[in-house]
Amino acid sequence: MLSFVAKRFSAMIFVLVSISILVFLIFFATPGVDPAARIAGRNADQQTLMQVRASFELDKPLPARYLSMMKHLFVTQDLTSYVNRGAKVLPQLFQAIPATLSLVVGAALIWLFVGIFLGVFAASSKRKWIDPTISVLGIIGISLPVYWLGEVVNLITQSKLHNSVFKWVPALGYVSLTANPWQWFLHLLFPWLTLALLYAGIYIRVLRSEILGVMKEDYIKTERAKGASEKRILYKHATRMSLITIVSLFGLDFGALVGGSALLTEVVFGIQGVGKLTFDSLQNFDLPVIMATVMYASFFVVFMNALVDIVYAVLDPRVRRV
Amino acid sequence: MSLNESASAIFSESPGKIALRTLARDKRSWISLSILGTIILLALFAPLYAHIIAKTDPFASTLNATITLHGKTISVLEPSTTGLGLGVTPIGPTWNIHKYFLGADGQGRDVMARLLYGSRNTLFIGTSAGLITIILSLLIGLIAGYRRGWVDAVLSRILDVIWAFPVYLLAISLSVVLLTSGLKIGFLHFGPGSMALPITIIGVVYIPYVARPIRGQVLAMREREFVRAAVGTGAKHSTIVFREILPNVMPAVLVFIPIMIALSMLTESALSFLSIGVQPPSASWGTIINDGLALLYTRPIVALAPGLMIVLTAAALNLYGDAVRDALDPKTRARGD
Repeated sequence: MLSFVAKRFSAMIFVLVSISILVFLIFFATPGVDPAARIAGRNADQQTLMQVRASFELDKPLPARYLSMMKHLFVTQDLTSYVNRGAKVLPQLFQAIPATLSLVVGAALIWLFVGIFLGVFAASSKRKWIDPTISVLGIIGISLPVYWLGEVVNLITQSKLHNSVFKWVPALGYVSLTANPWQWFLHLLFPWLTLALLYAGIYIRVLRSEILGVMKEDYIKTERAKGASEKRILYKHATRMSLITIVSLFGLDFGALVGGSALLTEVVFGIQGVGKLTFDSLQNFDLPVIMATVMYASFFVVFMNALVDIVYAVLDPRVRRV
Repeated sequence: MSLNESASAIFSESPGKIALRTLARDKRSWISLSILGTIILLALFAPLYAHIIAKTDPFASTLNATITLHGKTISVLEPSTTGLGLGVTPIGPTWNIHKYFLGADGQGRDVMARLLYGSRNTLFIGTSAGLITIILSLLIGLIAGYRRGWVDAVLSRILDVIWAFPVYLLAISLSVVLLTSGLKIGFLHFGPGSMALPITIIGVVYIPYVARPIRGQVLAMREREFVRAAVGTGAKHSTIVFREILPNVMPAVLVFIPIMIALSMLTESALSFLSIGVQPPSASWGTIINDGLALLYTRPIVALAPGLMIVLTAAALNLYGDAVRDALDPKTRARGD
């Protein structure tokens, strides 16, 4: 088990280092892209460009620049922005993380609760309308563009109805939990519901088909033969077994969302999270900020992937040998 | 039917034929195909609508045009009456097919005409990117799974890295950079406005999602008796790969096609919505939603209509994907999924 964890950990480091090199190459080594010209502005003369190159260390060779950037990011932690000179990158990132986490964790709680509750219900019910309804819910979940759904929600809550039914909905934005918990909740409620709507459908569908699959396994037949009640079989055996799949699916979705997929939701609802920070810095080519946010994002994805693998290995010893 | 008869019925037909028949019997495939067919037809008729029915240029701004409706002359862009009185409010839906059926956008362009032209770009980019993903993934999966050893190790590590790179972040980073530099593939050079940029970007970022499962299948297939038998008879590598392994991974590949096209389409519209996908004056469903953002509270139809088209198309593709999956793998059907 320990060697499995160690192996997984070294693979994680390898992937993270590769991603940092990849990001660096995309922004500095793509032919035709000159970061100095971006920083200096559209009509900069040759002298200004030279100055910019010298002051941002853009005249040094690529490997040296990469190492220097990594050193400032991870060792001395004083990487500064290209656009707001002198502004440190890491405090900006750490300031944005709570907003993204608030958004994703809140939405995740809603969709997990709804997904597991309705998923188990759908698996235990034999009513005829369940089957097509679940399929439609699942398909809607993967077919709705989140930013458009967000716009529709804004249209409903912020437009004409804002003076009557939705008077209590605050204007778009984010208030931190520590500043005002009630306002934090109100500001995030509709972003949560928007995000949760997309995922809940998928989770209901996956959980239901998993439970129905497990119900056909031999050990369930054994339980029945032993005289266990259908209720006990459903909750104690089938649902518990199926939750393993949900846990791994959740790990991946959660990592991907915190790691960047929440970007569109943040942009639409004006939440100043990591996604919004990334998007704003992409617009003005603020490479140090991009590097920091991408490293943070990939760390989350890689970490959740590794966690899922390890949890799986704990639950299912066969995996460890691979 | 006796056991003998049913057995002969099974063996007399190829799996492909059985799958096709199941698919043809499936209501879902007919519903989704007719939705997709209608949308494709509408896209094909875009020039006909713009030039003959509405007589409008969907790519040119017409800031001081007027139209005559019910005997009254109305200007297409009215000065705004709400808020500070700044900006303009474009004409709303007239529901008259000859002029501004769905109203105009902030530049006085006919939204219906742009919607139809936008469907061409979105469908084209989604389909090409989806197919590129599938073809490259199949290639990578076959090579990695069949050659094994260091080739597999290298390819798998590369896939791991792209997989761990959050997909939207990768697509957005690539788009931002390539929009300034353009893209060179061999002697081909694509400028910033080219459709080739989003197609290539979207086609590449999703490769790990398809290539990993295909590689796994090929790897498992290589251990099967019929492949070993082929190796034993001294068959060439190309024969083994194309005659023995490929036909057996094809069902998995086919299932991916509609799903990946839907996913690529959604990604294209997200990139275009962030204004780093299809570049103006060209339209796609995503760019029109972006145009409609400023008009959301005055002329919501500009953002609503293209969004509905995206949902409808993506849902139809995913529904078709479900039907294809069930037709190719009857076991999942029995599971009640």
